[in-house]
Amino acid sequence: MKMQSYLGQARSLGSTKNGVHHWWHQRLTAIALVPLALWFVFSLIGLADADYAAYKDWLGDHGNVVFLCLFIFTMFYHAVLGLQVVIEDYVSCEAKKVFLLVFIKLIAALMGFASITAVLRVAFGG
Amino acid sequence: MTTGNRPLSPHLQVYKLPLAGKMSITHRMTGIIMSLGLVFFTYWIVAAAYGPEAFATAQALMTSWFGMIIVFGWTACLFYHLVNGIRHLRWDTVRGLEKEDLVASGRVTIGLAVILTVAFWIFAAL
Repeated sequence: MKMQSYLGQARSLGSTKNGVHHWWHQRLTAIALVPLALWFVFSLIGLADADYAAYKDWLGDHGNVVFLCLFIFTMFYHAVLGLQVVIEDYVSCEAKKVFLLVFIKLIAALMGFASITAVLRVAFGG
Repeated sequence: MTTGNRPLSPHLQVYKLPLAGKMSITHRMTGIIMSLGLVFFTYWIVAAAYGPEAFATAQALMTSWFGMIIVFGWTACLFYHLVNGIRHLRWDTVRGLEKEDLVASGRVTIGLAVILTVAFWIFAAL
């Protein structure tokens, strides 16, 4: 009989199923980004020489507001998931690793919220 | 440290990367470059929330020769990452993992990425 609790036996043996969550969300955002990214780059052609009024007019179409906000959210989420793997793979110093992992998440949240609210302000603001 | 004839795990200084390996690291690099590009994306989209003048400045920066080089690089990264990402999704279904298929799909990916990038810019110039 082992004098070890089940938790004690299982500890540090690996997966707690968190990896599946990360992997699955990376794939889901990847699939969503295929049409969203294509839609965005081709929209960019029309927006390249747009002034403010033309851009606001473009956001007057509600479909564009929805797709742009979805694109921004999905892109930042996908970017964080990808950068996280790169950091975990290549940064071996534990302190630097934790700092970078927290940094990319906070900065992505800041830039993502700033972007989405900026879209909404132009779309619905007076 | 002397290693003698002991086997080494793949390492950049001793291991000549095959096409699949080079394409794998390129996938990560294009992802990192696009993530850095999100800073400019955020600036551009947030500028619009600050009104016509700020948006005009951002638009002028994006359509300047320097801005166009960045946007071109960003689209090239996007199309490569997109096509190679679909290649990854196919692998996730346990298809195309044989050596010959790996090389073939790699060449198709590079070809498609180049064609899509060139076609996009021809379409944009029209």
